[in-house]
Amino acid sequence: MIIGLEHYLVLGALLFCIGFFIALSKKNAIGVLIGVELMLNAVNLTLVAFSRFGSAEVALSTQVFVVFIIAVAAAEVAVGLALALVVYRNRQTISVDRTTLLKG
Amino acid sequence: MLSDVNLLGPELVLLVVGGFLLIADLFIKDRRLLMGTTLAALLGSILYSAVLLTEGHVGSQGFGGVHVVDKFAIFFQILLAGAAMAAVLVSTETMQRTPSRRGEYLALILFSTAGLQLLAGSRDLIMIFIALELTSISQYILVGFYKDRWGSEGGLKYLLTGAVASAVLLYGMAILLGLTGSTNLSEIASYIAWQGDGKEDALILAAVFLIAGFGFKAAVAPFQMWAPDAYTGAPTPIAAYLSVASKAAAFAILIRVFFEALGDDLLAEHWKTIFAVLATISMFVGNFFAIRQNNIKRMLAYSSVAQAGTLMIGLAAISADRGELLGASGILFYLAGYTVTNLAAFTVIVLIANQNGGSYDIRKYAGLGKKSPWLSIVLAFALISLIGLPPTAVFFGKIYLFETAVQSGLAWLAVIGTVNTLISAAYYLRPVKAMFIDTAEDEADETSMPRPSNSVLATMGLVTAGVLVIGLHPGLLINAAEAAVSAIFS
Repeated sequence: MIIGLEHYLVLGALLFCIGFFIALSKKNAIGVLIGVELMLNAVNLTLVAFSRFGSAEVALSTQVFVVFIIAVAAAEVAVGLALALVVYRNRQTISVDRTTLLKG
Repeated sequence: MLSDVNLLGPELVLLVVGGFLLIADLFIKDRRLLMGTTLAALLGSILYSAVLLTEGHVGSQGFGGVHVVDKFAIFFQILLAGAAMAAVLVSTETMQRTPSRRGEYLALILFSTAGLQLLAGSRDLIMIFIALELTSISQYILVGFYKDRWGSEGGLKYLLTGAVASAVLLYGMAILLGLTGSTNLSEIASYIAWQGDGKEDALILAAVFLIAGFGFKAAVAPFQMWAPDAYTGAPTPIAAYLSVASKAAAFAILIRVFFEALGDDLLAEHWKTIFAVLATISMFVGNFFAIRQNNIKRMLAYSSVAQAGTLMIGLAAISADRGELLGASGILFYLAGYTVTNLAAFTVIVLIANQNGGSYDIRKYAGLGKKSPWLSIVLAFALISLIGLPPTAVFFGKIYLFETAVQSGLAWLAVIGTVNTLISAAYYLRPVKAMFIDTAEDEADETSMPRPSNSVLATMGLVTAGVLVIGLHPGLLINAAEAAVSAIFS
């Protein structure tokens, strides 16, 4: 079997859906962040697949895009962990469904 | 290359001063000096935009078409910097609460504003993503700035939902990039025009992901769940800033992406349906949840969701009737009017909380009409303006948008908009009733009223004057809005 663009795209879509499901269903804030990370890497996989099978110009912009996504995701997770730490200090829990001071 | 940097001037001023503030924070302890520097940077950014406008740089693209300086971008750059100035000016109390982190606070406001300004001028998917994240990450920190229970919870919820939204946005961008082979908006547009036949389904899928990502920033239902929590937890000046600046920039990029890159006539028919549905959901969800709130910040959060729905009417109308400048300039006019009015409301709320012992409970507003008549009158004026009663900024904006909707065959949407305006009166008038009709239960603490700071009072005067000026002389702003949108729809 020849592995073509479709295979990568389907894998990317599956990973994206799994990540999305994790982000929605996890109660632990860190778990949600892991789900988001999976979604972002699904996007990266999709982009890299386009880079492999596209023209030289597409390859360049997709690869630049991927590098930016990796860098920004790291920044986002850093802030996310810092906020999770503050929440933990205040509440002794980082469970998303038990931080319900604000609702309604 | 140097001329490209020149085009980024308004944003660079903010980024450089922001970086300087982070360092200066270590040895400058004077609050006024720090705030003055921040305000000077924002003013410098506005002036830089004005210089770019007058010196014939309009229409020039920088860095290989990634960034553009057109009247549309300049309109938003000035609006956003103005909103940030108001937020900084009302931050005196916030800065007294966090004396050791003043520089950080101001720097983050500058970074966030620079991100939003970049967003308004982006013409490239990668650039849009970077600008969006620059502003989002700064805002996550600002929302949790107090590090108390409410702030950290609001910040974490904002971050988690925001991270999911940006991942969804990125997936949409990846699909779009794979389909069209370009990240540049005008190249995407020309690809769709020449080879777009038969790819509508995939393009619509990508667009839905994009709408989810941008709709999150604009707090359009059903992507609004972060707004009430973030507004309640955030320092009030930041809540004010989020409610106006994020929304304005999100609508700017929605207009740019959907009418510059994806504005093909065949596709626009689909955007009409999507935007009309989102407008309806957003108005009803925002208004119904707003009625139930007792905290005025939460109430204004849901009201901002409803206002985003009203703005969506404009997007649906321009999708239905391409080349119609009236709808797009209506959105810009409404955004500017709403920005000024909402800032007025939030400024008074800061002042009232200052006197009420930090309370945002609407029930505690009882009898305020007697205690501090001026504040009550200004708040009542701002809230009545938000309903859209004449002759105020929001009134003309609504007339503008509903008129365009009717003209482009979306009369039903205008009817829903009108019904929702009536519903919104129910909660906008509640604080007014509390202030002027209800009587306070305890009149004991009348002596302990701290004097409000001059900068907050001055901001209140300025934005209230702004609401009146736009309401009485809408022509000036209408001309500016029309000039701005002619850059996109030409």
